[in-house]
Amino acid sequence: MARFLGLGGWIWCLGCLAIAGCARGRAEPLHVIRVEGSDTMVNIAQAWAEEYHRKHPEVSIQVLGGGSGVGIASLIAGNCDLANSSRKMSEKELAEARAKQHAEPIEHIVGYDALGVYVHPSNPLEEITVQQLAEIYGEGGTITRWSQLVPWPEGQKDRIVRIGRQNSSGTYEFFRSAILGKKRDFALGSVDANGSKDVVALVARTPLAIGYSGMGYQTPEVKMLRVSPGPGKPAVAPTAANALAGLYPITRPLQIYTLGQPQGVVREYLQWIYSEEGQRVVEALGYVPLK
Amino acid sequence: MAQPQLRQSQPGQPAGRGRLGPWFDRVCDATERPVEWLVRLCGYSAILFVLAIFVFVFLEAAPILPKLDWVEFFTSPQWRPTSQVRVQYGILALVVGTLSVTALAMALAVPLGLGAAVYLSEFCPGRLKEVLKVVIELLAAIPSVVWGFIGYMVLGPVLMETTDADIGVNLLNGGIILALMSVPIIVSVGEDALKAVPDSYREAALALGASRWEMVHRVLFPAARNGLLAAVLLGVGRAIGETMAVLMATGHAIRIPQSLVDPIRTLTATIAAELGEAVERGEHYRVLFVIGLVLFAVTFVVNLLADVVVKGLRGERGS
Repeated sequence: MARFLGLGGWIWCLGCLAIAGCARGRAEPLHVIRVEGSDTMVNIAQAWAEEYHRKHPEVSIQVLGGGSGVGIASLIAGNCDLANSSRKMSEKELAEARAKQHAEPIEHIVGYDALGVYVHPSNPLEEITVQQLAEIYGEGGTITRWSQLVPWPEGQKDRIVRIGRQNSSGTYEFFRSAILGKKRDFALGSVDANGSKDVVALVARTPLAIGYSGMGYQTPEVKMLRVSPGPGKPAVAPTAANALAGLYPITRPLQIYTLGQPQGVVREYLQWIYSEEGQRVVEALGYVPLK
Repeated sequence: MAQPQLRQSQPGQPAGRGRLGPWFDRVCDATERPVEWLVRLCGYSAILFVLAIFVFVFLEAAPILPKLDWVEFFTSPQWRPTSQVRVQYGILALVVGTLSVTALAMALAVPLGLGAAVYLSEFCPGRLKEVLKVVIELLAAIPSVVWGFIGYMVLGPVLMETTDADIGVNLLNGGIILALMSVPIIVSVGEDALKAVPDSYREAALALGASRWEMVHRVLFPAARNGLLAAVLLGVGRAIGETMAVLMATGHAIRIPQSLVDPIRTLTATIAAELGEAVERGEHYRVLFVIGLVLFAVTFVVNLLADVVVKGLRGERGS
C-alpha cells in the first residue's frame, strides 16, 4: 500500500524543481514588442517570436492569445503593438481607434488559413459542396451515410464517421462559421481530435471517416476533397494558389493590425514576417503562406 | 548508534577519530529534533496539499455554482460550452462515458487481476513469482500517455480489423487500456490481502480434504474479502481518474454509447482537452472546475469506501 501513498513527496520534489527552474537568470532585452489577439494565430505568432528572438536577441516579443476581439481592444487601448486577428476590424472598432489613438489602424495580411476536407483514399467521393458539409456536420443534419453522396459498394458499411476538433480550437470555430454560419451548431457525437495532425492521422486509419484540418497537414495516406461553394458551382481544388486567389470557399486571411505605419523594431519585425523566412513558419504550421 | 560500532570495527584508525566521535554524537543530538519536525511536516504535507487542491478547485468553481442550471447539468447530454446559438452545459453523456469505460475496464481487470493475485500468492513457484512481481510492477510504471499512445496507434487498428468498429478509438479500446492500467494495482493489493490470511487457514482446509481450488474460493476469498474488495475499489479509482490514456483511446466523442465499439468521452478528458483554451475565469472555465468537483467527490467516495473496507468495518458490522 505504501507504494501508492508517496504523493506528498512527489509534489515536494516538483516544487523544488520549479524553484530551481525559476532561479535561472535571463539577460534583459533592449526592445519589447507586445503582440496580442487571435487564438488561431497564437501558435504562429509564438513561432515567429521565438524564431525572430533567436536571430535578434535584443528584441523580445511577448505573445498573448485571448481572441481577435481582445487583441483589437488592446490595440485600441494602446496596450499592444501588434494585434493578431482572424477577422477584419469592424467600422466601430476603426472609429474607436481613430478617436482614442489618433491613428489609422492598418491591416497587414500575413498568410491564409485554409481548411482541407479529408477522407480516406479508398473513398470514391471526389468533391463536396459547402451545403453537403453542413448537412454532415450540422445539428439535425440529413446526411449520415456515404451512399447519400456517392454510389457506394453494395453491402458495405456506409455510415459517415465525423471527425472534428475539440470545441475550444480555432479551427473548430472557423469551420463552424464557414460551413454552418452563426445560426447553427455542430451535431454532437463527432470524434473530436486534439490537434490538426491527429485529424489527418485518424482519417488515414478510418475508411468511413471525414475530417477537416489545415491544408498543410495533407499526407499521402489521405485524400482532400474539392469543395464547391454551392450547388451547381464548380468544385475548387484545395491548393494554396486557389486559397490565395479567394476561390477556395473555406479560406480566411490571417491579419496583423498596427496603429499607423509601423516604425522601428516593429517595422523590422513585420518585414521579417513577410520575408521568405517568416513565411516558411506560416507554411510549417499548416497555414497558407503569401507566396 | 552506528558510530561506536564503526569505531570498534576499525581499531587501526588514528586517534583523531576518537575526538570526532563525541562531537559527531553532539551534532546528532542537536539535529534530532529539527529532523523529527521535518519528517512530521512531510507527513502533514499530504493533508495540506489535498486540502489546498480542494479549496483551489472549489474557489475556481464557486462563482458559477448558484447560476448553474443543475437539472440540465446532470440530465442533459448536450455539452455545448462554445455554442453561438445556445450555450449548454450538460454532462450526462460525459458521466455515462466515464461510467461505461470504468465498468468495462473493471469487467476485464477484476478477473484478470484477482486471478493473477491468486496465482502469485498460492500457486506460483518462488523464482517465477519474483520475476512476475517485478514485471507487474513495471506494468504499473508505464506512463499513462504511453498507454494512450498504444491504444491510439496499436490497439485501434487491431480493433478495426477484428471487430465491427467504424473507428479504432472507442469505448472498447479505452476499456482495454484502462483495464491493463488497473491490473497492477489490483494484483499487488490483492496479493497482499491473500498473503495476510494466516497459513493455518490453508493447512486446515487442506487437512479437511479440500482441493487447492476449493481452499482458494471457499476459505481464502471469504477470509481476504475486505482486502480484495479494497484492491478492486483502488482499481476503480484509478480508472475513473485516468485522463491522458482515455483522452487518446476513447475517441473523445460526446455521445451516449449504443454499442461496445462506439466512441465516447469522459469527464477527465473533457477537462484536459478544454481547460487550456477556455477563457480564464469565464463561464466555461468555471464549469470545467465544477466537473473537477464532481470528479473529486466521486474519487473521494471510492477511496473512502476502499479505506473503510480495508479497516474491516464492513466485516465487523456484517457478521
